[in-house]
Amino acid sequence: MTLHRPRRPARTAAAIGLILTSAAAFAGCGGAEGADGGDTTLRVAIFGDFGYEKLYDQFEAEHPGVKIVETSEGDLGKYNTALTQKIAAGSAPGDVVAIEEGQVVNFLASADKFVNFQDHGSNDRKDQWLPWKYEQATTADGTDTIGLGTDVGGMAMCYRRDLFERAGLPTDRTEVAALWPTWEEFTKVGEQFQEGIGTDDVHFIDSATNTYNSILMQSADETYFDPDGELVIESNPAVKEAWDTALGMSEAGISARLKSFSTEWTAGFKSGSFATVACPAWMTNNIKENTGAEGEGLWDITTVPGGGGNWGGSFLAVPTSSDHQDLAVELVDFLTSAEGQLGAFEATGNLPSNPTLYDTPELQQATNPYFNDAPTGQLFVAGARNLQPVYLGAKNQPVRDAVENAMRSVENGDTSPADGWDAAVEDAEKAAG
Amino acid sequence: MTTATAPPARRGSRAGARGTRGEQVAGYAFISPFFLVFAVFGLFPLLFTFWVSLHDWDLLGTRSWVGLGNYTALLEDEDFWNALVNTLGIFVLSTVPQLLVALALAQLLNQRLRARTLWRMGVLLPNITSIAAVGIIFTLLFARDFGLVNWLLGHVGVDPITWQEHRWSSWLAISTMVDWRWTGYNALIFLAALQAVPRELYEAAQIDGASPVSQFRHITVPMLRPTIVFATLVATIGGIQLFTEPLLFNSGANAITGGTTRQFQTLTMYLYEQAFTGQEFGYASTVAWMMFLVILVVAVVNALLLRRLRGVA
Repeated sequence: MTLHRPRRPARTAAAIGLILTSAAAFAGCGGAEGADGGDTTLRVAIFGDFGYEKLYDQFEAEHPGVKIVETSEGDLGKYNTALTQKIAAGSAPGDVVAIEEGQVVNFLASADKFVNFQDHGSNDRKDQWLPWKYEQATTADGTDTIGLGTDVGGMAMCYRRDLFERAGLPTDRTEVAALWPTWEEFTKVGEQFQEGIGTDDVHFIDSATNTYNSILMQSADETYFDPDGELVIESNPAVKEAWDTALGMSEAGISARLKSFSTEWTAGFKSGSFATVACPAWMTNNIKENTGAEGEGLWDITTVPGGGGNWGGSFLAVPTSSDHQDLAVELVDFLTSAEGQLGAFEATGNLPSNPTLYDTPELQQATNPYFNDAPTGQLFVAGARNLQPVYLGAKNQPVRDAVENAMRSVENGDTSPADGWDAAVEDAEKAAG
Repeated sequence: MTTATAPPARRGSRAGARGTRGEQVAGYAFISPFFLVFAVFGLFPLLFTFWVSLHDWDLLGTRSWVGLGNYTALLEDEDFWNALVNTLGIFVLSTVPQLLVALALAQLLNQRLRARTLWRMGVLLPNITSIAAVGIIFTLLFARDFGLVNWLLGHVGVDPITWQEHRWSSWLAISTMVDWRWTGYNALIFLAALQAVPRELYEAAQIDGASPVSQFRHITVPMLRPTIVFATLVATIGGIQLFTEPLLFNSGANAITGGTTRQFQTLTMYLYEQAFTGQEFGYASTVAWMMFLVILVVAVVNALLLRRLRGVA
C-alpha cells in the first residue's frame, strides 16, 4: 500500500558491498574456512534502509565462510520495477529480496518463482507474525508462503509543536490526542488551527490524499477489491466515506495541497508548510531527514484519529533462482525472527510484525529523541494492535493511483467533487482491467 | 542515418564485377557485425514486441493470445490519444523554437567573436548536464510556493501558477526544459554545417548587393538543408520518446501519470505506466508499436515539408 514509500536515501550499499567483497577476497587468501572449502556470498536486495548491518555481522559470525552483500535502492518504484522484471526473467537480484506490501499480491501470482517457506517449517512458527501479515504473503489456498514479514506500518499522527503553539493549540501529546478521537474532530481542530495561525503559508495537513489513505486503511477489511478480485470501489461504502472525509478537509481550507513525496512536499517539512502528517512507523525516518537536524524537537507524535491502522511494511523472500536457497532461507528466518526484528527496530524505528515483541521492555520503553522523546514503541504498537487486516488485490496500486489523481484534481480546484468521484470510479474500472 | 556507399572499385579485377567465392564470403563476413548486432538488438526486439502485443501478457502471471484485440482497444483508448496529443503538442512547442534559436545561435557563433571556443563550448554545457539534475532544478524553478518563475511573475502582478496543474503551463515548462538542454547541441551541428558553406557564395552575393537577410534565406538555409533534415529527424525521434523531463517534472507520488488528469503524460510514460504499474505487457507493447508508426508518419511529414523548403529556395 505505500507504494510511495519514500525515497529513503539509499545507504552506502555500494560501499558496503565493496568492503564486504574485498573482505571476502582477503578471507579467501587466508585459506579455506568453510567446511566445503570455499566462501559463500549471499546477496540481499532491499530498498531504503532495513537496519540489518549488525544482524549481518552476527549471522556471518555464526556461519563461518558466509559473506553477506547488501544492495539497496533508494527509490521504491524503481526497485519494484527492477524486481518484477528480474523475477520474471528468472534472474533475481539477490538470494534474499525484499518485497513491499503493495507488491506482494503481484508476486503471489507467480509463487513458483519463490521458495515456499512452508517447506521449511514456517507454519509451525506462524505465531511469530501478526496473523494477517503471514496471510498476506501466502497464496489463497494456504499452501504456499512466498515471504516472511519484516515490519508493519503501525499508524500514528506526527505534528509540529511549534506551529500548534503559534495557533494557540495544546502541544502536549496526550492533550493533542484527546482533541481528535475521530476524523471529524480532527477536521474541526484543523479549522481552529487555521484560524489561530492566521496565515496562508501554513496549513494543518499536507494533502487530502495522505489523509484519505490513512482513513481508508483503518476503516474496512477490504478497499477497492473484494477477496474474489472484484472491483468494489462503488459498493464498498468505506471508500466513498474516506473520500468525502478527506475532501471535506480540503474544502475546509486546511490542506497545503502538496503532493506526497514531491519536491515541494519534501521542502514543506523544512519550511513548515503543514503542521500534521499521517505517520506510519517508517515515516518518522522521512520526517527526520526532510526536516533536518535543526528541526530536532519541533515534531512530536501522538495517536491517529480513528484508532490505529496499517500503512506499509515489507517481506523477505528467497527466489528459486538463488544458488544458495537453504542458506538464504536460514538468513530470512534469522532476520524475521524476534531478535532480527528487534535489531531492525533499534536501527531504523521500523515496527516489528512480531506481536510477541510488543510487550517487551525494548519496545515499550523505546523513545525517539528527535520527536521530543515521544514513546514511539508504545505509540506505534498501539496503532498496530488495533489493526484490521485489509485485503488489497493485485491491481490495488493502479486503482489507488487513479483515485488519488482524481482526488488531487478536485483538491486543486480543477474538478468538482462529484465529477471527481465519477472520474475516480471510471478510471479505477479502467485500471482494474 | 545510413549513407549509401557505392561498391568500391576493386583493384586489378579484370574478370568482371564479381570476385571469387572466397572474396564474396569475406565481404559478407566483414559487413556481418552490423547485421548481427542489428538483428540481436534491433530486429529481434522489434519483432518480439510485436509478438507480445498480440497477447494479453502479464509479466508475472498468465499470457493468452488476443490477436489484434490490443490494437482495437488502443484505438478506442482515450488515454492513448490524450498521450499522443500531449506528445505531439510538447514536440511542436519545443522543437520549433529550439531549431530556430539554434540556427540563430549558430549564425552568431560563426561571427568573429572574442573567446569563440569558450562560447561554442558553453552552448553545449546544458547538453552534458545530467538530465535528472535538469529535471530537478527546473521543477524547483517552476515550483508553486517558492519557485523562481512564480517569484518573478509575482513582480508583475501575476498570481502564483501551479505549473503542473494546467495543460498549457505544464507543456510550456517541459518545453523550456527540453529546449534548454538541446538548443546548444543543435546550434553546434548547424555551426559545423555553416562552416562548410563556401565563402565565395556569400562574397558573390555581397557583390550582387544581397542584404544579410536574403543571404541567410537564399544561401545559408538551402546549403544547410541536409543538416536541418538531420536535426529535425533526431529532434522528432527524441521528442516522441520524451520521458524523463515530464516524469521528473511531476515529482512525488504517481509521477508516471503526468499530472492529475494526465495533462502532460507522453506516449512513453503511458507505455511505462501500462507495463509497470498495470503489468499489462501486451498492451504496453501495442503502445510501443503505435509509437513506431507515429514516428514513421511524422518522419514522412517532415521529409515532405523539407522537400518543399528546397522548392522555395
